[in-house]
Amino acid sequence: MTVSMPIQAVTAAAEADTLRFLTCGSVDDGKSTLIGRLLYDSQLLMEDQVADLARDSEKHGTAGDQIDFALLVDGLEAEREQGITIDVAYRFFATPKRRFIVADTPGHVQYTRNMATGASTADLAVLLVDASKGLLTQTRRHAVIVSLLGIRNVVIAVNKMDLVGFEESTFREIVADFREFAGDLGFADVTAIPLSARAGDNVSSRSPKSPWYSGPTLIEHLETIGVENAATSGPFRLPVQWVCRPNQNFRGFAGSVAGGRVKLGDEIVVAASGRTSTVASLAIGNHPVEEAFAGQSVMLTLADEIDISRGDVLVAKGSRPEVSDQFAANLIWFDAEHLLPGRQYLMKNSTRTVPVQITELKYRLDVETLDHGAAKVLEMNEIGFANLSASEPIAFDPYASNRETGAFILIDRFTNATVGAGMLSFALRRASNIHWQALDVDRDARAGLKHQKPAVLWFTGLSGSGKSTVANIVERKLFGRGRHTIILDGDNVRHGLNRDLGFTDADRVENIRRVAETARLMTDAGLIVLVSFISPFRSEREMARGLLPEGEFVEIFVDTPIEVCRQRDPKGLYARADAGEIRNFTGIDSPYEAPEKPDLHLKPAEVDPELLADRVIAFLEERGKLSNA
Amino acid sequence: MHIIREVAAECRNPVMLYSIGKDSAVMLHLAMKAFAPAPPPFPLMHIDTTWKFREMIAFRDRMAREAGMRLLVHTNQEGLAAGMNPFDHGSNYTRVMKTEGLKQALDLHGFDAAFGGARRDEEKSRAKERVFSFRGASHAWDPKNQRPELWRLYNTRVNERESMRVFPLSNWTELDIWAYILRENVPIVPLYFAAERPVVERNGQYIMVDDDRMRLNPGEQPEKRMIRFRTLGCYPLTGAFESNATSLEAIVAEMIAARTSERGGRLIDKEASASMERKKREGYF
Repeated sequence: MTVSMPIQAVTAAAEADTLRFLTCGSVDDGKSTLIGRLLYDSQLLMEDQVADLARDSEKHGTAGDQIDFALLVDGLEAEREQGITIDVAYRFFATPKRRFIVADTPGHVQYTRNMATGASTADLAVLLVDASKGLLTQTRRHAVIVSLLGIRNVVIAVNKMDLVGFEESTFREIVADFREFAGDLGFADVTAIPLSARAGDNVSSRSPKSPWYSGPTLIEHLETIGVENAATSGPFRLPVQWVCRPNQNFRGFAGSVAGGRVKLGDEIVVAASGRTSTVASLAIGNHPVEEAFAGQSVMLTLADEIDISRGDVLVAKGSRPEVSDQFAANLIWFDAEHLLPGRQYLMKNSTRTVPVQITELKYRLDVETLDHGAAKVLEMNEIGFANLSASEPIAFDPYASNRETGAFILIDRFTNATVGAGMLSFALRRASNIHWQALDVDRDARAGLKHQKPAVLWFTGLSGSGKSTVANIVERKLFGRGRHTIILDGDNVRHGLNRDLGFTDADRVENIRRVAETARLMTDAGLIVLVSFISPFRSEREMARGLLPEGEFVEIFVDTPIEVCRQRDPKGLYARADAGEIRNFTGIDSPYEAPEKPDLHLKPAEVDPELLADRVIAFLEERGKLSNA
Repeated sequence: MHIIREVAAECRNPVMLYSIGKDSAVMLHLAMKAFAPAPPPFPLMHIDTTWKFREMIAFRDRMAREAGMRLLVHTNQEGLAAGMNPFDHGSNYTRVMKTEGLKQALDLHGFDAAFGGARRDEEKSRAKERVFSFRGASHAWDPKNQRPELWRLYNTRVNERESMRVFPLSNWTELDIWAYILRENVPIVPLYFAAERPVVERNGQYIMVDDDRMRLNPGEQPEKRMIRFRTLGCYPLTGAFESNATSLEAIVAEMIAARTSERGGRLIDKEASASMERKKREGYF
């Protein structure tokens, strides 16, 4: 063997285009067998793997004395013992024309999430149908998921044709059934192939048993099908992953191009802030490049110094994405605990993670009939369409135009589990097309004029715990030092801004949301804001913290035992609550969730309020909040 | 690069496990590319069993220096004190010196994310591993409790004492690794190239006599042969084969002709079917 030949072969093979596809179908349709067959036929198996396979076939095999190809891919011991695939597995093989990454996904109803996972990165789906059984519910469900996840090319692999004697009519019937069902699913290409994975018919070589079939073999089809990618030809998108500042002279923005292309000198816009600049340099690793394309990881610098951080999206000037905090999306729910509208989850879209609520579940999709049904919750493996509201605007494209910037996952705030996935459809009118105004005088400038650093001091505790007392003294002391302050007091705000709200849990949530937003606006004005609110729920206090830049929210727990509060009862409220005249009273018939890790923990029942106020001031000094800005 | 940057941006205290092999070399190269012109914002860590080839150690120190990264080296001192060695203790040795050593080091430094160079094409159970593999407080891998990974949206959030193993090369094949080394001229340990080395023959493989701790069986006499390695580990456990491939090009040519899969060179994997999965549950990569 000469030396130069294989080098070219390696380089060519490594750079040949890659088709990512997934296989799905019901239990026992023969997915694993088919993938094992593809690996075997592409001769990618090494001798020791073939020896292992023969040995495993004897031990676990279900194919009699033949080689059981499924054992090649059913990797985990547990599933080997059960004889079914339970997770998603990725396999690699190559032909002289193309490289392939196969996601092998399960047929079990409870493992739909794994199928969605495999589909999210695939260009094509191979849906297996058992010729002897016809289309099943699972196959329909999978077709729907495949369609929702934006796959436009589908192969219907009618497997186990040997069991029906390679009868053409059986094949035709199944294909007709599928086409009827899939009419509305928006597939660009549906190719049906009759095959037997176990015996190898029409997989990589044409079978003499189906002379009536004139189409391609599975491999031929996979090698030649063109898969267009909307993102590659679309407008430039670069979600910023990392800001690189090794020294004063270099400020680079790193990310993978999620759409279109960018070249030196291009005008770009920061989607959320509306700031513009031009591309001053562009590099991949240490190599400067003139131009970069979707899929490449780049580092770029800009001609102007503008404020950009992780989570921002740099976009083509002429073609801006949606920027909105209200949007509609398709959702797939993964978690055993069902989706609750109103609960706060974390949403990760591109490189930005923001708190989000499902504000309205529009419908649940019936995967059998494709009908829309009303729903209050989404259970595990259910698919729905919903309106969402995020705590800050995100920049996105509809999933149909860009699978990267249009996708998101939902994360549970407490368990950190990935509980759902979504595909963004459109921005809701309220927020869409109102692009954030880039203001010349920004919050730093306003605070600078006051020579101070803005902050929110959030006093939380039971009614009568002494929040307002301490807050008043703190404000007096700050005022004495020439600081610009404002107090937002629960009772006072409820007389004005929030007079339409009552004391149900939902109203309390809204009460705090408005106060937190108000406090944020005031910090934008450069003020030190003292908020004195019972604010009984942990998640709403976290929401308030999340509205502000890191370090600007100071949670102060005013911890007075309820017996003491009741005894002091400055407004006579406990007496009325005890008498049943006030309902939903915190600490009596409505819960108070104490902070787990407050920044400051004050106990007015034990220490003089003046001294507690001094502790607050000392804390601010330690954090550098009182040094001149 | 996308994956490496996500970890650097979202994890509190990441580390890159560096095993000195060719996969590690590629991973390190990618990390340097991801943050250039700055050095990668995390340290390298090597779990040293004290039985690595001497050339590997020299190479490791050189690479860390050139990358401008802090190098942490951890050895399981208890295992060392107990006299664990690859001759007497078989796979138990690997468990104590590698798996336990790794857990100790991760706990010691409080790392919440550790990059590893594993690839899905290496072994059956690895095909189902996530790119971000979630580990509980005891470092155990529960195959039924892994997070779904959709698109390129990785959920990196962990609670205290939990951690992630991150495999940026998951979707690379052995061919990709070599093509990348060729294209980018990535430095690799000289042991991958054929040279005359002192060896003994065991079970059809050559074991290199790297220092005088090597125990010889009765009748064994080290002899010089032209050999090289496909994978690198602890020298008494790593089989070499005869080769004349002294250049990258020749290595790749040989690989294409090869009909033996990669991990065949590591004696440890022959011990039990699906042993890798068991090791992974215990915290091995």
